[in-house]
Parts: sequence; structure tokens; C-alpha cells
Amino acid sequence: MAQESGQQHPISIYFWVWGLLFVLSFFSYMVDYLDFQGTMRWALILLFMFLKAGFIVSIFMHMAWERLALKCAILVPPVALMVLVLLMTYEADYTFLTRIIFFGEGAPAPVHH
Amino acid sequence: MSEAVMTDTGDAMPGGASGIVADFSADKQAFQVPWGKAMMWFFLLSDTFIFGSFLTGYMTVRMSVRDAWPVPSEVFALSLGGEPIPLILIAIMTFILISSSGTMAMAVNMGYRGNRNKAFWLMMATAAFGATFVSMQAFEWTKLILEGVRPWGNPMGAAQFGSTFFMITGFHGLHVSAGVIYLIVIGRRVKSGFYERTRGNYEMVEIVGLYWHFVDLVWVFIFAFFYLW
Repeated sequence: MAQESGQQHPISIYFWVWGLLFVLSFFSYMVDYLDFQGTMRWALILLFMFLKAGFIVSIFMHMAWERLALKCAILVPPVALMVLVLLMTYEADYTFLTRIIFFGEGAPAPVHH
Repeated sequence: MSEAVMTDTGDAMPGGASGIVADFSADKQAFQVPWGKAMMWFFLLSDTFIFGSFLTGYMTVRMSVRDAWPVPSEVFALSLGGEPIPLILIAIMTFILISSSGTMAMAVNMGYRGNRNKAFWLMMATAAFGATFVSMQAFEWTKLILEGVRPWGNPMGAAQFGSTFFMITGFHGLHVSAGVIYLIVIGRRVKSGFYERTRGNYEMVEIVGLYWHFVDLVWVFIFAFFYLW
């Protein structure tokens, strides 16, 4: 085997990542607390989210030390979800516009229950 | 069709039900990790699709409603004896889950070092953090239900808010609860020396760890898309 099967790494790296996750979570909470709006808000939310997700998967879940075959098998399929997201944005826009046409803008929504 | 067949290499393969097992296990090993770990990764991949589909459904619903979506920052605000602090409970829950991820990573590390006592206690600490998280989620659900949030409507705005909220956080809470039970089951075996006797290693701790970190990972996305967006 090209690498050791056990994932034994220095403890210090876990402490570093642990600390970083706290800091990043604090930052993403600050996005809300300091009331960022618009593009800035979305960009910051996504930035901190992907950084946190990346650290968890690569260090805590040891993906960084796995072989490429396993990395690809696990990390490539979720790209299909991105396609789904894209398709559903079109679908959601269509539904929204249809609702505007049939129910009008701003008017209170009809009660369905 | 239960007689044995010969393969290209001339090995006899059994027929019938044991033939199915033999066929599926006959392939060359693709992933150079213990099979339990590979299987946990594939389970987590399928779970990624479940949560991914939930979040995509939530996005579709939120983009297509005419009514204003309730402002999460206000809905989940909590006053701790003064001004309501936005999202404070969710922030505390996030920090608790990250703490649990840290103790879990340490447990895996201690397992590989063969320190089973420390691995056990770190796993129990992780389970305790997880139980705290679920309790706080129960508190949050109670609060929202008392405020009149239902899966079919709520007083704050778009009716779909409740259904997506209960569905997504409920499914995640279920995963955390299952993880707490999983940690306790495996932790007890770690403490009793079961894995030392039967396998001579603590791969199982890492497999539990994968599941637990995944639960934290999902929360990162829920926190970003449901609570912050």
C-alpha cells in the first residue's frame, strides 16, 4: 500500500483546525450580527461556509491524506447537485413569475387552509 | 442455476445465493482503505444527496414565494434578560457542534495511539455535546411551535417557512441523535477492549468520526443557507 492505512497525524494540526473553525463560525455569525446586506452578505456567508466545509472534510475527515481514487469517488458525484440547483433556479423563477401573473404582486396571499 | 461456474482464471465460483456474495466480493479492491471506512464514505455520499435535495427544495420554495420570507435573524432571536440578540441560540448550537467535532477528532487520534481510555472519554464528551445540541434544538422547536409556526403556515410570513424548517432541522437533529447512540455503542466497545481483542486496531473510532464530522458538515450548510441567508 502506498500509504499507511491508519490516519495518525500530529495533534497540533487538529487544534489548529479546531481553532480556525471557531474563528470562522464567529465570523459567519458576525455577518448576521453586524447586519451585512446584499452581495457582500452572500459572498461572506459562502466564503466562510466553504472554508469551514473544506477544513472539516480535508483535515477532520482525513480526505487530504486519502488516495485520489477515493477523493474522486466521494467528491465528484455531488457536482450533480449543482446541476440540480441550476435547474431548480430556473424552475423557481418560472413559478414565481407565474404566481405574479395569476395572483398579482404585493397583494396578500390567498389563504389555503 | 445453482451449479458452480468456471471463471476466466479457472477458479470455481459457487452458484446460488452464495454465488451472489462470491461475485460481488470477487472484484479487485479499488479503495485502499478498510472496507468499513469505504462503506461509511458511500453512505455519507448518499446522505449528501438527501440533504442536498432538501436544501435545493428549500431554495426553490423560498425563491418562488410571493409573500415575504420570515427573517431568520428575528425569528431565531432570543433575549437573555435584555434586548433580543439575533440568532444567539443558533450561534451557541454551532459552537457546541464544532466543539464536539474537535473532541471527536481527538478521540480518533487517541484511538490510533492505542489509548483506549482517553478515546472512550473523548467519545463520551462528543456524545454529551451532541445531546446538548439536540436538547437546544428541542427548545428551539418548542419556542417556534408556541409562536404558532406550523408546517402549513406561520404568523411571520411565507407559509412554506415552517415545512422547510421542520423538515431540514428535524432530519439533521435525527442524524445527531443517531450519532449520539452510535458513539455510545462504539465507545462502550472501545472501553471494554473489544476492538483490541477482535481487530487489534481502532479503525471503528475513525468510522464513527467520519459520521460525526459529516453531521457537523451538514450543519455548516444549514447554518449558512437556512439561518444566515
